[in-house]
Amino acid sequence: MAEAKAPAERPLSPHLQIYRPMLTMMMSIVHRISGAALYFGMLLLAWWLISAAAGPNAYAKVEAFMGSIAGRLVLFGYTWALIHHMLGGIRHLIWDMGRGFGPQEREWLAAATLVGSVGLTIALWVIGYLLMGGPR
Amino acid sequence: MAEFSLPKNSKVTEGKSWPSPMGAADVTEFRVYRWNPDDGQNPRLDTYYVDRRECGPMVLDALIWIKNHVDPTLTFRRSCREGVCGSCSMNIDGTNTLACTKHMDDVKGAVKVYPLPHQPVVKDLVPDLSNFYAQYASIQPWLKTDSPTPQGEWRQSKTDRDKLDGLYECILCACCSTACPSYWWNSDRFLGPAALLQANRWIKDSRDEATGERLDNLEDPFRLYRCHTIMNCAKACPKGLNPAKEIAEIKKNMVDRQL
Repeated sequence: MAEAKAPAERPLSPHLQIYRPMLTMMMSIVHRISGAALYFGMLLLAWWLISAAAGPNAYAKVEAFMGSIAGRLVLFGYTWALIHHMLGGIRHLIWDMGRGFGPQEREWLAAATLVGSVGLTIALWVIGYLLMGGPR
Repeated sequence: MAEFSLPKNSKVTEGKSWPSPMGAADVTEFRVYRWNPDDGQNPRLDTYYVDRRECGPMVLDALIWIKNHVDPTLTFRRSCREGVCGSCSMNIDGTNTLACTKHMDDVKGAVKVYPLPHQPVVKDLVPDLSNFYAQYASIQPWLKTDSPTPQGEWRQSKTDRDKLDGLYECILCACCSTACPSYWWNSDRFLGPAALLQANRWIKDSRDEATGERLDNLEDPFRLYRCHTIMNCAKACPKGLNPAKEIAEIKKNMVDRQL
């Protein structure tokens, strides 16, 4: 008589590994990542404020960092994360009101968030530099 | 916590490449997920070549052709072959859909076929959907009433009946739920798009008298609110339904009844 063998433990079928990346799904992931990034941006903001309160020496250090190429890149990224997350929030608000679920609307909303966040970020920096009278 | 990678026993390895049919001029390459509970091996990806002159146009036709002509051990569910039964749902070319309504020529390159994502595999393309069905049962998908049962049937106006359009067509194929990342990470507590669409089908039914009770059952941080409007459900549904929208309506209902 054949011996009854315990059945093998069932494998889990592949998921993230095989699912086709789609705009709305990617936008959801980026919304989370930008939200997490804002925590670090908040630390940056706190550092800036604390140094301003601490005195000219501390403030000069922060200013040196923020003014460097790396610092500016971080600030640019922070600006984008902030705007992207905000526009994403508005998109979610529209969805929470039960609108914008159609096959074209949802793609349009996702694309508009992305284009809007990149465009607004660049616009803000251009305006910022113009007010300062060009990059220093 | 979400587990992004596959457990050790689930990693997919390269499998067997079956020979192309002799003398076939027009062939389509298929890469199919295989797992046999009896051989103790990891899942693998087998390669098949389907003779298009002998085979119908749909992915299900190809799977049946492979089973009949190349490898009789290939295992999958199928029944109606016309998109009304929901048996042959699987992941084809990266999205969940029904093999019987998916045309081979809509796929560029080799046709990759996997079981529905993030489910325990029974064999090859057959997932274990027990949890999915239990969640459907948990929303109590039947008419609940307190009023005395009428002599004839429960009547409904045409306008009220129209409110069930876009809901009653669901065939419970599980394409939407198993396309949802939130469901992948939290299927133990989040009901998933299919069960929630069905929940709204009964919430919206004018004849049902348990709306409040139904909403109470969904008022939960996980059961309903794990939906983050990722939209994979609506994009996957082979019947063109919109679970994301139905879930948003339930959420709106939750707010409305507080006001």
